[in-house]
Parts: sequence; C-alpha cells; structure tokens
Amino acid sequence: MSETHEVHRHPAPTGFIRKYIFSVDHKVIGIQYIMLALAAVVVGMLMSLLMRLNLSWPGTKWSILETLFPAGAPGGVMNPEFYLSLVTMHGTIMVFFVLTTAPQGGFGNYFLPIQIGAEDMAFPVLNMLSFWVTFVGFIVILAAIFLSGSDSTVGPIGGWTGYAPLSALGAIAGPGQGMGMNLWIISIAIFCVGSLLGALNFITTLLNMRTRGMSLMRMPLTCWAWFTTAVLALLSFPVLLGGGILLLLDRTAGTSFFIPGGLYVSGVLSGSNPNFPLHTGGSPILWQHLFWFFGHPEVYIAILPGMGATSHILATFARKPVFGYRAMVFAIFAIGLLGFFVWGHHMFISGMSPYSAIAFSVLTLSIGVPSAVKTFNWIGTLWGARIRFSTPMLFALGFVSLFVAGGITGLILGQSSLDLPMHDTYIVPAHFHLVMGVASIFGMFAATYFWFPKMFGRLMNERLGQIHFWITFVGVYSIFVPMHVMGLVGMPRRFSSFTEYEFLKELHPLVVFVSIAAIITITIQLLFYFNVFWSMFKGKKAGDNPWEATTLEWNTTSPPPHDNFAGVIPSVYRGPYEFAVPGAPKDFLMQADSGAEVTSGNGHNGHKH
Amino acid sequence: MGRVLAVIIWLLTLLSVVIFFNKKWWLPPAISDHAPALDRQFVLTIIIVGIAFTAAQVGLGWMVWKYRDSGRADDRALYTHGSNRLEVIWTVITAIVFIGLGVMGQRVWASLRLHDAPPGSYSVEVVAQQFQWNFHYSGKDNVFGRTDPSLIDDSALNFIGIDEADPSAKDDAVTSSLVIPVNRPVELKLRSKDVIHSFWVPPLRFKQDLVPGMEIKVHFTANKVGKYELACAELCGQLHFKMKSYMLVLPEDQLTALRALPQEQFQAKLQELLTNTPLAPSY
Repeated sequence: MSETHEVHRHPAPTGFIRKYIFSVDHKVIGIQYIMLALAAVVVGMLMSLLMRLNLSWPGTKWSILETLFPAGAPGGVMNPEFYLSLVTMHGTIMVFFVLTTAPQGGFGNYFLPIQIGAEDMAFPVLNMLSFWVTFVGFIVILAAIFLSGSDSTVGPIGGWTGYAPLSALGAIAGPGQGMGMNLWIISIAIFCVGSLLGALNFITTLLNMRTRGMSLMRMPLTCWAWFTTAVLALLSFPVLLGGGILLLLDRTAGTSFFIPGGLYVSGVLSGSNPNFPLHTGGSPILWQHLFWFFGHPEVYIAILPGMGATSHILATFARKPVFGYRAMVFAIFAIGLLGFFVWGHHMFISGMSPYSAIAFSVLTLSIGVPSAVKTFNWIGTLWGARIRFSTPMLFALGFVSLFVAGGITGLILGQSSLDLPMHDTYIVPAHFHLVMGVASIFGMFAATYFWFPKMFGRLMNERLGQIHFWITFVGVYSIFVPMHVMGLVGMPRRFSSFTEYEFLKELHPLVVFVSIAAIITITIQLLFYFNVFWSMFKGKKAGDNPWEATTLEWNTTSPPPHDNFAGVIPSVYRGPYEFAVPGAPKDFLMQADSGAEVTSGNGHNGHKH
Repeated sequence: MGRVLAVIIWLLTLLSVVIFFNKKWWLPPAISDHAPALDRQFVLTIIIVGIAFTAAQVGLGWMVWKYRDSGRADDRALYTHGSNRLEVIWTVITAIVFIGLGVMGQRVWASLRLHDAPPGSYSVEVVAQQFQWNFHYSGKDNVFGRTDPSLIDDSALNFIGIDEADPSAKDDAVTSSLVIPVNRPVELKLRSKDVIHSFWVPPLRFKQDLVPGMEIKVHFTANKVGKYELACAELCGQLHFKMKSYMLVLPEDQLTALRALPQEQFQAKLQELLTNTPLAPSY
C-alpha cells in the first residue's frame, strides 16, 4: 500500500508556472478545467442571447451588432448564415468545452483522488497534458470564430452535428463551410485526444489507488459516476476522432467517405470543375452513425457527473443515507451500457433501415428505466429526511426536478412513429437542453456551492446563492417548457427566421416570452460569477467540514495540502453516507471515523491492494 | 424555505401541464390516413408522460415540504439504506410501462415503413436542392423519364437532369410545388442533388430526409383537399429557413385533368390554383 503511494509522491512545486500553469497537481488541473468551462460558457451564452434577439425581434437594427460584426449583421440585422454559425458554435462550445470539461475534468479531477484517498491521479503528467490539449482545442475553436473563411459568419453553419455532405463539400456548399469548418474539425479532434488522456487517468486511478478500506461499494456515488463517465469517454471519443479525420480528408484530400457520386452543388457538377473535384461512393449516413455513436454516450458523459454530485449532496443535506445505494450504482451502469445502443434514435428518419429503427426505439425507451430508478431513489433519500436548505441542496433538488422534466419527454422522442412529426422540431432542443444542458449545469452549480469551501477555504455567499437559485430555476422552466409546445405545432429548429411560414406565426408570442426569460436568466448568472470571485477572497472562512459531511475530502484541510492528506492517508471504515446512525454521538459518521462503538451499514471488508 | 420550494415546484408543474394541454398550441389538424393512429399513440404517451412528470414533481415537492430539519440535535432522519422490495417493484413497473409503450409505438411505424407503397399509388419523384424543391411527375405513360446528374443544368431550368432523348420523358413535368390526389396512396421517391434535406408537412404527420446518393421511397395517403405549407426540416445551408414549398391536395379527377395538360400549361395552371387556394388553417 505505502509503496504504491511512494511512487506518486512528489514535492510541492514552488515556482508560479509549475504551481499554477503547467501544474501536475490534480487539484490545480481541476480548477483549470473549471475556469476553462467558466470562460467557454460565457461565449456560448452570449451566442444564445444573440440568437434569441434575432428570433424574437426579426429585422430590428442592433447597432452594436453592426459595430462588432459588420459583415455578419449589415445594418445591425443578422444575416441567416451568421445566425446559423451562432447555432453551430453555441452547441459545439457548450457540449464540448462546458458540459464535458467542468463536470468530469473539473470536479472529477479535483475530487476523485481525494474521495478515494489518493494523493494524486495515477499519471499526473498525463493529467496536465489532458488539460493543455483541451485548452489548445478551445483556442482552435475560438480561432474558427475569427478565421471562418467568410467574414459574414463566426464559424461553420452546419450545426454542432456537422452533417455531411454539407460539412464535407467545402466552400462550394455556401458561406461558413471553408476554413472555419476545418478548424472546427481540428478543434474537436484535439478535444477527443485530451478527453482520452483524461479518461485513462480516471479509470486507472480509481481502480488502483483507493485507500485501505475503500472497497468499490464504499465509494461515494460521485466516484461511480466519474468512473462510468470515463469509460464512456474512452469508448466513444475514438469513434468521433476517427470520423473527424475522415471528414477532414473528404474536405482536403479529395477522399469520398461521406460524399456520394453525382452531386450537383451551387450550379457545379462534381468533377466538372477544379473547385469541385470528383467524388464518388461515399455515404452521408455513415457520418451520422459515427457521430451519434459518440454523440449519444456524450449525453451521459455530460449528465452522469451531475447525477453523482446530486446523490452526494442530497444525502449530505438530507442528513440521511442514500436510498438504494446499490441500485444507484447498477442504474449508473445500466445507463452507461444502454447509452451505447441507442444512437440510432437520432436517425429514425435519416433513411437508415426502418427495421433498425424499431430496435433503437425499444432500447431507447428501456433506458428510461434506470433513469426512473435513480429518480425514485433520490426521492426515497428525501423521505424521512431532515433537510437543510443550503444553496448546494437547492440546486441538487433543482437537478432532480429538471432531470425529470427534461428526461421524461424522451418517452415521446424515443418512439420512431412519433418522430415523424417531432423530429427536428423545437421539442428536440427543448428536451435535450433541459436534461443534458440545464440539469447538468444545475448539478455543477450544486457541486460548485458545495465544494467551493473545500477548494478555496471560504464559503460562497449564501444569500446571493439563493437568489441565483430561485431566478435560475424559474427561468429555465420558462425558457424550455414553452419550446416543447412550439415543437408540437411543428416549428423546425435551426431556422434563422420564422417569418416565412404562416403556420409559425401564431407562435410568435411564445418565442418572445422565451427570449425575455432567457435574457433574465442569463443576466442573473452575473450574480454567480460575482459570488465565485468575491467569495474566493472575501467569503466566510470555512472549516475543514462546514457541511458536516462524511466522505474523505472533508477529512483534510480546506484547501487540501499538495499531497491531499499531509502524508497521513486515512483508512476507510464504512460506507459513504452514514447519516443519522442510531446510537452515534453525532448525526453523521465519517468514512474515516474508526470508532468501533457503532456498527453501521454498508460495512464490507476493506478493499485490499 | 422548503415550503417555498415545494410550492414553486408544484406551480411550475401545474403551468407546464397547462401549457402542454392547451387548445391553441397543439398538433395541427391531421390530414393523413395514418395520423389518427399516430395521434392516439401520442395522446397515450403524453398522458403517461404527464402522469409520471406530475407524480415525480408532486412527490419531490412533498418531501421538501414535509422533511425539513428542525435544528434540534436529537431529531434525526430516518436511518435506512433502502428497500430491495421497493427497488424491484418500481423497476418492474417502469420497465413494463416504458418498454410496453415503446413496443406499441412501433405499430404506426411498421404500417408506414415496413411495406412498399400499395399498388396503384400515385408516384412523384422529389429532388431537393439547396433552397428549392423539384417535383417530377410521369405523364400518361406512368413512366418517369430517365434522369442523369450530368444533364442537370440549373441555368437552363433542367433542375433534375431529365434526358430529353428518352421517349418516356416527353410527357413528364417538373414543378416547384407538390400536387397529389386525395384519398389515394402517394409514393414519393426522394433524392437530393447536393446536401441532406428533409420533407416536412406538419398536418401530414410526416417527415423524411432526402439524402444525396440515395433514393428513399416513402408513402402516405392524404385525406383532405387543400393547400399546405411544405418545409425543409434538415439544416441545408444559408437559406434553409426559406426552402419552402406547398403541397396541394386535389380531388383525383381534378388532378387527372390538370396532369393531362402539356407541361407549360400544367405549371401555369398549378400556379394559378396555388394562388387561388387559401392555406388550410393550422389550428
């Protein structure tokens, strides 16, 4: 045991660069990931704000827009390709650089080693590389904004799904399909590499570096979530990486993986003109299969850490053990496993075999079962609880509510027949924004308010946190629930304007309502940013264990020392959520409390290395 | 705090349910033979979704309403790690409901997608291109003239590359709007010249991608005459939002008479009909 840890022991760095920039300390790297996400989400959110302005007040002249983007918004009115490039970049930045970085690379990096009683990740240098590779990916996607190849866009215009052949044909297919598209692919390919490095590290660390007594079934549910997420990333990102390389080759090397023969684009026949070389034999649907084989597990990569954090925080503030710990673990596994067999539900009407649609559809509905099991157990955890309503708890409760609201419409969209009217309408963005976007982010808000005192030694301001919660919670419902109804009427997504169609005009009041809700909700996030940075320096000092929580991160100082436990790694004697144990002196027993006077549940034999 | 949260959760739940089941914003009135079965499946699904959604939110609200911390040190939460019985019960029940719903949902799909169009269907070739729809009708011979991508010439208005040398192309016609008969199965042969598009007529409850390099055959039966908006539902580039056309559903004899006209007159007459026919109300 101790030998294992000797290998990873390294002295704390002293220079600024080794300490804060090219750090190999998982805690610093975790914070770097979180900062990256905090920066990326600003870009992504501003883009959504611009989109809302364009949709609800079409034709309005926004002089600021003209100043910033003279070609994209001539006269202050956005042109369609500018809008579509916002759609693309918003999705790409949010999915990759926010929802994949903060939950896993950020909080996972910081807390997985501490929660299992390790001094660092298994491969600290690899960990540093995974962050910096991801960072380079972010720089490249920002470059796509400025070097999109046509000055009227801020990137490619094909959506974050980049469907071929629109994404494969190059500049001939219209504005935004030039250099910006290449940079988009390169950025995502770089991101894939960074995520793979991270995933390897998470899996190895969790399997090999748990402290004495930390059996698998004594791990906090956060660790199970991060572990499963890492496995999903390890298996899905290579497929996207491969697909991306093929797409780049189609664009630059004249290959035809995704481009069929006989295309006639913008007045030019394939092969008849040097601007449009001969292509033959490719399959556009192949790209969709590769993309969604990654893309569906990606949804769970985004939300599983939020589920883990929610379970963890619910138990802590309910002062009660997690209800059905074992069922929760199996549900995480079931979601992860089934997540690999349902990608075809994005493709019911893509032209793939209608028989495979039936298989994908039934499998998709069955993934609702473990999701429901998790919800039941969360509510079960609250049953008979003694709830303390602090900000982290409010956001965790918000997560449960939003996860139900967003996830449940999967029962509609997962049915192939109902996709005939629903596919590519607003009910789709409504569904996935609520569940993988907003619910995941609520999980991360909960995690931030919860772990902030551990990370920075100070508590975040509670009053600001609660205002942030109430407005955001009501705000996101107001934004995304009406979008479902737009979908029922048939409003197609990715339209830069709804003025062309009579049947969409009746929806205009809803569109305006959603935009106003979005503007308010986005504005209130400033409060969160202020709270984070103000509390870092001015927040109330937190002790080692301000929430009276049970897991190992609360056994060390706030913030923890470089090697996490100052050389004395605690052993673990019990399960992760031993609250309200009858006969115990306090209402919580920490995992590292050796007190033999109480025998509590979930007490398996200690894990041996 | 707990009571406030409970009330807000319940209010949001109530408002969500109300906006979902309002009369104003709902599926448009259906005009196809498969729509009633599809709508029944949708209503069944949405009722189950509504019940599950409401039950979960009411339950969540109830827990936060009821189980607040009293602040007294001797007042502790219930010490339990769960109940295997409950886990089994709720897993089995949700599995039966969810998977059962999924299996039932395949009926409409199977009836539309696992069979070829019935014999005697009215056949139209649909060739999409960036921001424009082309509909190709065979003439009296019921044979589509040969098309070839290398003969496409947008500037000469040969949008789909019809081979004029092919005798069966002589009586063909190409229009920018779709006209089909009422109460007769229609088969569409969907192709695309450039990127992926998607055929979408909301009251038809029908959507299908048009994929370059593939010919995708689909079928449906429209059962209500009228003029309907036809949209592209798959992002196809800059002017995607303007890739609009109309679907005109006519009584069969009127359509037969219309199709009997020579190409130019057919196009002109169709245009005139479209101009004079008001849009079917969308709700």
